[in-house]
Amino acid sequence: MISVKNLTKKYGKFTAVDDVSFSVEKGEIFAFLGPNGAGKTTTIKMLTTLLRPTEGEIFLNGHNVKKKPRDTRKSFGIVFQDPSLDNELTAYENMQFHAILYGLSSSLYKERIQSLLSLVELWDRKDSFVKTFSGGMKRRLEIARGLLHHPKVLFLDEPTIGLDPQTRNLIWNYIKDLNKKEGVTVFFTTHHMEEVERMAERIAIIDHGKIIASGTPDEIRKQTGAENIEDAFIKLTGNTVRAESSDFSKSTLSGFRKM
Amino acid sequence: MRTIYILWLRQLKRFIRKKASLVGALGQPLIFLVAFGFGLGPVFARAGGVDYIQFLSPGIIGMTVLFTSIFTGVEVIWDKQFGFLKETFVAPVSRFEILLGKVLGGATVAIVQGILVFLITLLVGFRVENLALIPLAFVFLSLIAILFSAVGVTIAARLDDMQGFPLIINFVIQPLFYLSGALFPLEGLPKFLEIITKINPLSYGVDGLRGALTGISHFSSINSLLVLSISLVLVILVGTYQFSKVEI
Repeated sequence: MISVKNLTKKYGKFTAVDDVSFSVEKGEIFAFLGPNGAGKTTTIKMLTTLLRPTEGEIFLNGHNVKKKPRDTRKSFGIVFQDPSLDNELTAYENMQFHAILYGLSSSLYKERIQSLLSLVELWDRKDSFVKTFSGGMKRRLEIARGLLHHPKVLFLDEPTIGLDPQTRNLIWNYIKDLNKKEGVTVFFTTHHMEEVERMAERIAIIDHGKIIASGTPDEIRKQTGAENIEDAFIKLTGNTVRAESSDFSKSTLSGFRKM
Repeated sequence: MRTIYILWLRQLKRFIRKKASLVGALGQPLIFLVAFGFGLGPVFARAGGVDYIQFLSPGIIGMTVLFTSIFTGVEVIWDKQFGFLKETFVAPVSRFEILLGKVLGGATVAIVQGILVFLITLLVGFRVENLALIPLAFVFLSLIAILFSAVGVTIAARLDDMQGFPLIINFVIQPLFYLSGALFPLEGLPKFLEIITKINPLSYGVDGLRGALTGISHFSSINSLLVLSISLVLVILVGTYQFSKVEI
Protein backbone atom coordinates (compact mmCIF):
# COMPACT_ATOMS: atom_id res chain seq x y z
CA MET A 1 0.00 0.00 0.00
CA ILE A 2 2.90 2.31 0.82
CA SER A 3 6.33 1.79 -0.64
CA VAL A 4 9.18 4.15 0.13
CA LYS A 5 12.58 3.90 -1.55
CA ASN A 6 15.70 5.86 -0.59
CA LEU A 7 13.68 8.78 0.68
CA THR A 8 15.79 11.82 1.63
CA LYS A 9 14.87 15.33 2.72
CA LYS A 10 17.54 17.98 3.17
CA TYR A 11 17.14 21.53 4.47
CA GLY A 12 20.35 23.17 3.32
CA LYS A 13 23.07 21.15 5.03
CA PHE A 14 20.74 19.54 7.56
CA THR A 15 19.41 16.14 6.57
CA ALA A 16 16.04 15.57 8.25
CA VAL A 17 15.34 12.23 6.57
CA ASP A 18 18.29 10.22 5.36
CA ASP A 19 17.92 7.49 2.73
CA VAL A 20 14.86 5.84 4.27
CA SER A 21 13.22 2.78 2.72
CA PHE A 22 10.26 0.76 4.01
CA SER A 23 6.92 -0.58 2.94
CA VAL A 24 3.49 -0.99 4.47
CA GLU A 25 1.13 -3.75 3.35
CA LYS A 26 -2.53 -3.25 2.56
CA GLY A 27 -4.71 -3.48 5.66
CA GLU A 28 -1.74 -3.33 8.00
CA ILE A 29 -1.47 -1.26 11.18
CA PHE A 30 1.99 0.21 11.05
CA ALA A 31 3.69 2.14 13.85
CA PHE A 32 6.35 4.65 12.91
CA LEU A 33 8.31 5.44 16.03
CA GLY A 34 11.16 7.70 17.00
CA PRO A 35 12.20 10.35 19.50
CA ASN A 36 11.24 13.99 18.96
CA GLY A 37 12.98 15.46 15.94
CA ALA A 38 13.87 12.03 14.51
CA GLY A 39 12.18 12.73 11.17
CA LYS A 40 8.73 11.17 11.69
CA THR A 41 6.65 14.20 10.80
CA THR A 42 8.93 15.16 7.89
CA THR A 43 8.48 11.66 6.49
CA ILE A 44 4.71 11.83 6.89
CA LYS A 45 4.65 15.22 5.18
CA MET A 46 6.48 13.75 2.19
CA LEU A 47 4.11 10.77 2.12
CA THR A 48 1.13 13.13 2.14
CA THR A 49 2.37 15.50 -0.63
CA LEU A 50 2.99 18.47 1.68
CA LEU A 51 6.75 18.32 1.23
CA ARG A 52 8.72 17.43 -1.88
CA PRO A 53 11.43 14.84 -1.24
CA THR A 54 14.99 15.89 -2.03
CA GLU A 55 15.56 12.35 -3.31
CA GLY A 56 13.79 9.03 -3.45
CA GLU A 57 10.50 7.54 -4.53
CA ILE A 58 7.18 7.03 -2.79
CA PHE A 59 4.24 4.97 -3.99
CA LEU A 60 0.95 5.18 -2.15
CA ASN A 61 -2.02 3.07 -3.22
CA GLY A 62 -0.18 2.52 -6.52
CA HIS A 63 0.29 6.25 -7.21
CA ASN A 64 3.65 7.89 -7.60
CA VAL A 65 3.33 10.54 -4.90
CA LYS A 66 5.67 13.02 -6.58
CA LYS A 67 4.09 12.76 -10.03
CA LYS A 68 0.43 12.19 -9.15
CA PRO A 69 -0.19 14.23 -6.01
CA ARG A 70 -3.90 14.57 -6.64
CA ASP A 71 -4.57 10.84 -7.06
CA THR A 72 -2.46 10.26 -3.98
CA ARG A 73 -4.51 12.74 -1.96
CA LYS A 74 -7.71 10.88 -2.82
CA SER A 75 -6.28 7.77 -1.20
CA PHE A 76 -5.38 8.95 2.28
CA GLY A 77 -6.66 10.78 5.32
CA ILE A 78 -4.53 12.36 7.98
CA VAL A 79 -4.69 13.56 11.55
CA PHE A 80 -1.86 16.05 11.93
CA GLN A 81 0.40 16.35 14.93
CA ASP A 82 -0.16 20.12 15.09
CA PRO A 83 -3.58 21.78 15.18
CA SER A 84 -5.20 22.31 11.80
CA LEU A 85 -8.74 23.41 12.62
CA ASP A 86 -10.36 26.72 11.76
CA ASN A 87 -11.06 28.29 15.16
CA GLU A 88 -13.48 30.81 13.69
CA LEU A 89 -15.79 28.07 12.43
CA THR A 90 -18.00 25.74 14.44
CA ALA A 91 -17.20 22.06 14.93
CA TYR A 92 -19.88 21.14 12.40
CA GLU A 93 -18.59 23.65 9.84
CA ASN A 94 -15.07 22.27 10.14
CA MET A 95 -16.42 18.80 9.44
CA GLN A 96 -18.60 20.01 6.58
CA PHE A 97 -15.70 21.89 4.97
CA HIS A 98 -13.67 18.69 5.01
CA ALA A 99 -16.53 16.60 3.64
CA ILE A 100 -17.06 18.92 0.68
CA LEU A 101 -13.35 19.12 -0.14
CA TYR A 102 -13.36 15.32 -0.29
CA GLY A 103 -16.45 15.26 -2.50
CA LEU A 104 -18.84 13.47 -0.11
CA SER A 105 -22.53 13.78 -0.95
CA SER A 106 -24.56 15.79 1.51
CA SER A 107 -26.72 12.86 2.67
CA LEU A 108 -23.59 10.79 3.33
CA TYR A 109 -21.70 13.46 5.19
CA LYS A 110 -24.65 14.48 7.34
CA GLU A 111 -25.00 10.94 8.58
CA ARG A 112 -21.25 10.45 9.10
CA ILE A 113 -20.70 13.79 10.80
CA GLN A 114 -23.41 12.94 13.29
CA SER A 115 -22.05 9.49 14.05
CA LEU A 116 -18.42 10.66 14.29
CA LEU A 117 -19.18 13.71 16.42
CA SER A 118 -21.27 11.47 18.68
CA LEU A 119 -18.39 9.02 18.88
CA VAL A 120 -15.99 11.71 20.10
CA GLU A 121 -18.76 13.13 22.30
CA LEU A 122 -18.95 16.49 20.58
CA TRP A 123 -22.36 16.21 18.95
CA ASP A 124 -24.03 18.44 21.56
CA ARG A 125 -21.28 21.01 20.93
CA LYS A 126 -21.50 20.86 17.14
CA ASP A 127 -22.55 24.50 16.80
CA SER A 128 -19.94 25.89 19.17
CA PHE A 129 -16.97 27.74 17.76
CA VAL A 130 -13.79 25.71 17.85
CA LYS A 131 -12.00 28.57 19.61
CA THR A 132 -14.10 27.86 22.70
CA PHE A 133 -12.92 24.21 22.82
CA SER A 134 -10.33 22.79 25.21
CA GLY A 135 -7.19 21.12 23.83
CA GLY A 136 -8.67 17.66 24.26
CA MET A 137 -11.90 18.60 22.49
CA LYS A 138 -9.99 20.05 19.54
CA ARG A 139 -7.95 16.87 19.33
CA ARG A 140 -11.10 14.75 19.28
CA LEU A 141 -12.57 16.91 16.56
CA GLU A 142 -9.43 16.58 14.44
CA ILE A 143 -9.60 12.81 14.75
CA ALA A 144 -13.28 12.73 13.84
CA ARG A 145 -12.51 14.88 10.81
CA GLY A 146 -9.66 12.63 9.68
CA LEU A 147 -12.03 9.64 9.71
CA LEU A 148 -14.81 11.38 7.83
CA HIS A 149 -14.01 10.32 4.27
CA HIS A 150 -13.03 6.69 4.98
CA PRO A 151 -9.65 6.75 3.27
CA LYS A 152 -7.63 3.77 2.03
CA VAL A 153 -4.68 4.83 4.16
CA LEU A 154 -5.02 6.70 7.42
CA PHE A 155 -2.05 8.68 8.74
CA LEU A 156 -2.19 9.49 12.43
CA ASP A 157 0.66 11.69 13.62
CA GLU A 158 0.61 11.41 17.42
CA PRO A 159 -3.20 11.40 17.38
CA THR A 160 -3.74 10.85 21.09
CA ILE A 161 -1.64 13.74 22.46
CA GLY A 162 -3.49 15.34 25.36
CA LEU A 163 -6.31 12.81 25.53
CA ASP A 164 -7.43 10.97 28.63
CA PRO A 165 -7.23 7.14 28.71
CA GLN A 166 -10.99 6.77 28.15
CA THR A 167 -10.92 8.81 24.95
CA ARG A 168 -7.75 7.11 23.73
CA ASN A 169 -9.36 3.76 24.26
CA LEU A 170 -12.51 4.85 22.43
CA ILE A 171 -10.61 6.19 19.47
CA TRP A 172 -8.26 3.26 19.08
CA ASN A 173 -11.21 0.87 19.21
CA TYR A 174 -12.88 2.80 16.43
CA ILE A 175 -9.70 2.79 14.34
CA LYS A 176 -9.20 -0.94 14.87
CA ASP A 177 -12.79 -1.49 13.82
CA LEU A 178 -12.33 0.61 10.71
CA ASN A 179 -9.20 -1.36 9.93
CA LYS A 180 -11.02 -4.71 10.31
CA LYS A 181 -14.26 -3.77 8.56
CA GLU A 182 -13.03 -1.56 5.73
CA GLY A 183 -9.45 -2.79 5.46
CA VAL A 184 -8.07 0.71 6.05
CA THR A 185 -4.29 0.73 6.25
CA VAL A 186 -3.19 2.64 9.35
CA PHE A 187 0.14 4.44 9.62
CA PHE A 188 0.63 6.04 13.02
CA THR A 189 3.20 7.65 15.25
CA THR A 190 2.97 7.90 19.00
CA HIS A 191 5.03 8.23 22.15
CA HIS A 192 2.69 5.94 24.09
CA MET A 193 4.33 2.56 23.77
CA GLU A 194 1.31 0.74 25.20
CA GLU A 195 -0.62 1.92 22.13
CA VAL A 196 2.06 0.31 19.98
CA GLU A 197 1.87 -2.96 21.94
CA ARG A 198 -1.86 -2.97 21.54
CA MET A 199 -2.27 -1.83 17.94
CA ALA A 200 0.82 -2.28 15.81
CA GLU A 201 1.29 -5.25 13.52
CA ARG A 202 4.60 -3.92 12.31
CA ILE A 203 6.96 -1.24 13.55
CA ALA A 204 9.73 0.90 12.11
CA ILE A 205 11.92 2.99 14.38
CA ILE A 206 13.57 6.09 13.00
CA ASP A 207 16.28 8.16 14.67
CA HIS A 208 18.41 11.01 13.30
CA GLY A 209 16.62 10.56 9.98
CA LYS A 210 17.55 6.90 9.56
CA ILE A 211 15.54 3.72 10.12
CA ILE A 212 17.37 1.86 12.86
CA ALA A 213 15.03 -1.09 13.34
CA SER A 214 11.93 -2.58 11.77
CA GLY A 215 9.78 -5.66 12.07
CA THR A 216 6.87 -7.09 14.05
CA PRO A 217 6.69 -6.19 17.74
CA ASP A 218 7.99 -9.67 18.57
CA GLU A 219 10.95 -9.27 16.25
CA ILE A 220 11.80 -5.88 17.76
CA ARG A 221 11.68 -7.32 21.27
CA LYS A 222 13.85 -10.31 20.28
CA GLN A 223 16.30 -8.13 18.36
CA THR A 224 16.98 -6.01 21.43
CA GLY A 225 16.42 -8.65 24.11
CA ALA A 226 13.92 -6.34 25.75
CA GLU A 227 10.79 -7.28 27.69
CA ASN A 228 8.56 -4.74 25.99
CA ILE A 229 8.55 -2.16 23.23
CA GLU A 230 9.27 0.72 25.60
CA ASP A 231 12.54 -0.91 26.75
CA ALA A 232 13.41 -1.89 23.19
CA PHE A 233 12.81 1.71 22.09
CA ILE A 234 15.08 3.11 24.83
CA LYS A 235 17.78 0.55 24.02
CA LEU A 236 17.69 1.50 20.35
CA THR A 237 17.46 5.26 20.65
CA GLY A 238 19.37 5.93 23.89
CA ASN A 239 18.55 7.93 26.98
CA THR A 240 19.20 11.49 25.86
CA VAL A 241 16.26 13.86 25.70
CA ARG A 242 15.63 15.48 22.31
CA ALA A 243 14.63 18.99 21.44
CA GLU A 244 10.94 19.32 20.69
CA SER A 245 9.98 21.32 17.66
CA SER A 246 6.52 21.80 16.26
CA ASP A 247 5.63 23.50 13.02
CA PHE A 248 4.54 26.60 14.80
CA SER A 249 7.73 27.03 16.85
CA LYS A 250 9.79 26.40 13.72
CA SER A 251 8.06 29.17 11.80
CA THR A 252 8.07 31.50 14.79
CA LEU A 253 11.75 30.87 15.37
CA SER A 254 12.64 31.47 11.76
CA GLY A 255 10.62 34.68 12.00
CA PHE A 256 12.71 35.82 14.95
CA ARG A 257 15.92 34.92 13.16
CA LYS A 258 14.92 37.12 10.25
CA MET A 259 14.44 40.02 12.62
CA MET B 1 -17.13 23.98 -8.16
CA ARG B 2 -18.16 22.79 -4.68
CA THR B 3 -14.56 23.24 -3.58
CA ILE B 4 -14.44 26.84 -4.70
CA TYR B 5 -17.85 27.43 -3.14
CA ILE B 6 -16.92 26.05 0.28
CA LEU B 7 -13.65 28.02 0.34
CA TRP B 8 -15.55 31.15 -0.63
CA LEU B 9 -18.22 30.50 1.99
CA ARG B 10 -15.57 30.05 4.69
CA GLN B 11 -14.04 33.46 3.89
CA LEU B 12 -17.44 35.07 4.05
CA LYS B 13 -18.40 33.46 7.35
CA ARG B 14 -15.11 34.56 8.89
CA PHE B 15 -15.71 38.08 7.61
CA ILE B 16 -19.27 38.36 8.89
CA ARG B 17 -18.25 37.04 12.32
CA LYS B 18 -15.55 39.67 12.77
CA LYS B 19 -17.73 42.70 13.16
CA ALA B 20 -14.95 44.74 14.76
CA SER B 21 -12.72 44.47 11.71
CA LEU B 22 -15.66 45.33 9.47
CA VAL B 23 -16.21 48.61 11.29
CA GLY B 24 -12.46 49.18 11.65
CA ALA B 25 -11.97 48.89 7.91
CA LEU B 26 -14.36 51.79 7.37
CA GLY B 27 -12.33 54.11 9.60
CA GLN B 28 -9.47 54.79 7.21
CA PRO B 29 -11.61 55.72 4.18
CA LEU B 30 -13.73 57.99 6.36
CA ILE B 31 -10.64 59.84 7.61
CA PHE B 32 -9.35 60.18 4.05
CA LEU B 33 -12.68 61.55 2.87
CA VAL B 34 -12.87 64.11 5.64
CA ALA B 35 -9.21 65.14 5.71
CA PHE B 36 -8.55 65.22 1.98
CA GLY B 37 -12.05 65.80 0.69
CA PHE B 38 -12.84 68.76 2.91
CA GLY B 39 -9.25 69.79 3.69
CA LEU B 40 -7.95 69.96 0.15
CA GLY B 41 -11.29 70.73 -1.47
CA PRO B 42 -10.85 74.54 -1.45
CA VAL B 43 -7.32 74.28 -2.94
CA PHE B 44 -8.60 71.93 -5.61
CA ALA B 45 -11.44 74.29 -6.46
CA ARG B 46 -9.09 77.27 -6.70
CA ALA B 47 -6.91 75.29 -9.11
CA GLY B 48 -9.94 75.11 -11.36
CA GLY B 49 -10.86 71.51 -10.66
CA VAL B 50 -14.28 69.99 -10.14
CA ASP B 51 -15.70 69.44 -6.68
CA TYR B 52 -12.93 67.50 -4.92
CA ILE B 53 -15.32 65.12 -3.09
CA GLN B 54 -16.68 64.26 -6.51
CA PHE B 55 -13.15 63.53 -7.74
CA LEU B 56 -11.84 61.84 -4.60
CA SER B 57 -14.71 59.46 -3.73
CA PRO B 58 -14.03 56.85 -6.44
CA GLY B 59 -10.37 56.93 -5.37
CA ILE B 60 -11.30 56.23 -1.75
CA ILE B 61 -13.62 53.41 -2.80
CA GLY B 62 -10.71 52.01 -4.83
CA MET B 63 -8.41 52.37 -1.82
CA THR B 64 -10.80 50.42 0.42
CA VAL B 65 -11.10 47.62 -2.09
CA LEU B 66 -7.32 47.54 -2.62
CA PHE B 67 -6.43 47.23 1.07
CA THR B 68 -9.20 44.75 1.90
CA SER B 69 -8.24 42.62 -1.08
CA ILE B 70 -4.57 42.53 -0.25
CA PHE B 71 -5.58 41.41 3.24
CA THR B 72 -6.66 38.08 1.73
CA GLY B 73 -2.94 37.37 1.66
CA VAL B 74 -2.70 37.88 5.41
CA GLU B 75 -5.43 35.29 5.85
CA VAL B 76 -3.39 32.81 3.84
CA ILE B 77 -0.40 33.40 6.13
CA TRP B 78 -2.64 32.90 9.17
CA ASP B 79 -3.91 29.65 7.69
CA LYS B 80 -0.30 28.60 7.28
CA GLN B 81 0.64 29.48 10.85
CA PHE B 82 -2.45 28.00 12.46
CA GLY B 83 -2.20 24.85 10.39
CA PHE B 84 -5.46 25.10 8.48
CA LEU B 85 -3.70 25.39 5.13
CA LYS B 86 -2.35 21.85 5.62
CA GLU B 87 -5.90 20.57 5.89
CA THR B 88 -6.72 22.28 2.59
CA PHE B 89 -3.53 21.18 0.85
CA VAL B 90 -3.85 17.44 1.58
CA ALA B 91 -7.40 17.37 0.18
CA PRO B 92 -7.85 15.98 -3.34
CA VAL B 93 -8.35 19.39 -4.93
CA SER B 94 -6.00 21.31 -7.19
CA ARG B 95 -4.00 24.25 -5.96
CA PHE B 96 -5.67 26.29 -8.69
CA GLU B 97 -9.10 25.63 -7.17
CA ILE B 98 -7.80 26.58 -3.72
CA LEU B 99 -6.33 29.78 -5.12
CA LEU B 100 -9.55 30.63 -6.91
CA GLY B 101 -11.69 29.95 -3.83
CA LYS B 102 -9.46 32.15 -1.69
CA VAL B 103 -9.31 34.94 -4.25
CA LEU B 104 -13.06 34.99 -4.88
CA GLY B 105 -13.77 34.86 -1.14
CA GLY B 106 -11.39 37.72 -0.41
CA ALA B 107 -12.71 39.68 -3.38
CA THR B 108 -16.32 39.31 -2.25
CA VAL B 109 -15.41 40.70 1.16
CA ALA B 110 -13.60 43.60 -0.52
CA ILE B 111 -16.56 44.31 -2.80
CA VAL B 112 -18.90 44.46 0.21
CA GLN B 113 -16.53 46.89 1.93
CA GLY B 114 -16.26 48.94 -1.26
CA ILE B 115 -20.05 49.22 -1.50
CA LEU B 116 -20.27 50.29 2.15
CA VAL B 117 -17.72 53.04 1.52
CA PHE B 118 -19.63 54.03 -1.60
CA LEU B 119 -22.72 54.53 0.58
CA ILE B 120 -20.64 56.65 2.97
CA THR B 121 -19.41 58.85 0.11
CA LEU B 122 -23.05 59.47 -0.83
CA LEU B 123 -23.62 60.72 2.71
CA VAL B 124 -20.78 63.25 2.48
CA GLY B 125 -22.04 64.65 -0.78
CA PHE B 126 -20.84 62.41 -3.60
CA ARG B 127 -23.28 62.25 -6.53
CA VAL B 128 -23.49 59.61 -9.25
CA GLU B 129 -23.59 61.23 -12.70
CA ASN B 130 -25.40 58.52 -14.64
CA LEU B 131 -27.26 55.76 -12.81
CA ALA B 132 -27.23 53.59 -15.93
CA LEU B 133 -23.47 53.23 -15.56
CA ILE B 134 -23.68 51.74 -12.03
CA PRO B 135 -23.29 48.18 -13.41
CA LEU B 136 -20.08 49.27 -15.17
CA ALA B 137 -18.83 50.75 -11.90
CA PHE B 138 -19.58 47.40 -10.25
CA VAL B 139 -17.52 45.63 -12.93
CA PHE B 140 -14.54 47.88 -12.18
CA LEU B 141 -15.00 47.44 -8.45
CA SER B 142 -15.03 43.65 -8.88
CA LEU B 143 -12.00 43.66 -11.16
CA ILE B 144 -9.97 45.69 -8.65
CA ALA B 145 -11.10 43.33 -5.88
CA ILE B 146 -10.28 40.11 -7.73
CA LEU B 147 -6.98 41.41 -9.13
CA PHE B 148 -5.59 42.57 -5.80
CA SER B 149 -6.90 39.57 -3.86
CA ALA B 150 -4.92 37.49 -6.33
CA VAL B 151 -1.89 39.74 -5.79
CA GLY B 152 -2.23 39.32 -2.00
CA VAL B 153 -2.52 35.55 -2.18
CA THR B 154 0.38 35.32 -4.64
CA ILE B 155 2.65 37.32 -2.35
CA ALA B 156 1.52 35.32 0.70
CA ALA B 157 2.26 32.00 -1.01
CA ARG B 158 5.96 32.51 -0.40
CA LEU B 159 5.81 34.16 3.03
CA ASP B 160 5.92 31.93 6.11
CA ASP B 161 5.11 34.51 8.75
CA MET B 162 3.76 37.99 9.25
CA GLN B 163 7.19 39.63 9.50
CA GLY B 164 7.45 40.28 5.79
CA PHE B 165 3.97 41.62 5.24
CA PRO B 166 4.37 45.19 6.59
CA LEU B 167 7.31 45.54 4.23
CA ILE B 168 5.09 44.64 1.33
CA ILE B 169 2.32 46.96 2.49
CA ASN B 170 4.78 49.86 2.72
CA PHE B 171 6.81 49.27 -0.41
CA VAL B 172 4.25 47.75 -2.76
CA ILE B 173 0.70 48.49 -1.69
CA GLN B 174 1.04 52.06 -0.40
CA PRO B 175 2.88 53.19 -3.57
CA LEU B 176 0.25 51.42 -5.68
CA PHE B 177 -2.41 53.50 -3.98
CA TYR B 178 -0.68 56.89 -3.78
CA LEU B 179 0.61 56.66 -7.35
CA SER B 180 -2.66 55.58 -8.94
CA GLY B 181 -4.51 58.82 -9.52
CA ALA B 182 -6.82 58.05 -6.58
CA LEU B 183 -5.90 61.36 -4.93
CA PHE B 184 -4.87 63.59 -7.87
CA PRO B 185 -5.71 63.86 -11.57
CA LEU B 186 -3.42 62.07 -14.03
CA GLU B 187 -3.25 65.11 -16.32
CA GLY B 188 -0.12 67.26 -16.49
CA LEU B 189 2.07 65.10 -14.22
CA PRO B 190 5.89 65.20 -14.34
CA LYS B 191 7.16 62.64 -16.83
CA PHE B 192 8.46 60.08 -14.27
CA LEU B 193 5.20 60.15 -12.32
CA GLU B 194 3.21 59.79 -15.50
CA ILE B 195 5.18 56.65 -16.39
CA ILE B 196 4.68 55.16 -12.93
CA THR B 197 0.96 55.83 -12.92
CA LYS B 198 0.65 54.32 -16.39
CA ILE B 199 2.24 50.99 -15.41
CA ASN B 200 0.19 50.82 -12.22
CA PRO B 201 -2.89 48.64 -12.83
CA LEU B 202 -4.76 50.35 -9.99
CA SER B 203 -4.69 53.60 -12.01
CA TYR B 204 -6.92 51.92 -14.57
CA GLY B 205 -9.20 50.52 -11.88
CA VAL B 206 -9.68 53.85 -10.14
CA ASP B 207 -9.99 55.72 -13.42
CA GLY B 208 -12.56 53.24 -14.75
CA LEU B 209 -14.53 53.52 -11.53
CA ARG B 210 -14.37 57.30 -11.65
CA GLY B 211 -15.42 57.32 -15.30
CA ALA B 212 -18.43 55.13 -14.60
CA LEU B 213 -19.55 57.05 -11.52
CA THR B 214 -18.77 60.67 -12.47
CA GLY B 215 -18.18 60.73 -16.20
CA ILE B 216 -14.65 62.11 -15.73
CA SER B 217 -11.88 59.78 -16.86
CA HIS B 218 -8.35 59.83 -18.20
CA PHE B 219 -8.31 56.52 -20.07
CA SER B 220 -11.18 55.02 -22.04
CA SER B 221 -13.28 52.39 -20.25
CA ILE B 222 -12.38 49.73 -22.81
CA ASN B 223 -8.69 50.47 -22.36
CA SER B 224 -9.00 50.19 -18.57
CA LEU B 225 -11.02 46.97 -18.75
CA LEU B 226 -8.38 45.43 -21.01
CA VAL B 227 -5.44 46.41 -18.81
CA LEU B 228 -7.19 45.09 -15.69
CA SER B 229 -8.22 41.81 -17.33
CA ILE B 230 -4.75 41.14 -18.74
CA SER B 231 -3.14 41.96 -15.39
CA LEU B 232 -5.58 39.59 -13.70
CA VAL B 233 -4.75 36.69 -16.01
CA LEU B 234 -1.02 37.25 -15.48
CA VAL B 235 -1.33 37.41 -11.69
CA ILE B 236 -3.51 34.26 -11.58
CA LEU B 237 -0.89 32.42 -13.67
CA VAL B 238 1.96 33.50 -11.39
CA GLY B 239 -0.17 32.81 -8.31
CA THR B 240 -1.07 29.29 -9.42
CA TYR B 241 2.60 28.57 -10.06
CA GLN B 242 3.63 29.99 -6.67
CA PHE B 243 0.86 28.06 -4.93
CA SER B 244 1.96 24.80 -6.52
CA LYS B 245 5.43 25.36 -5.06
CA VAL B 246 4.27 25.94 -1.49
CA GLU B 247 5.65 23.40 0.99
CA ILE B 248 4.34 23.36 4.54
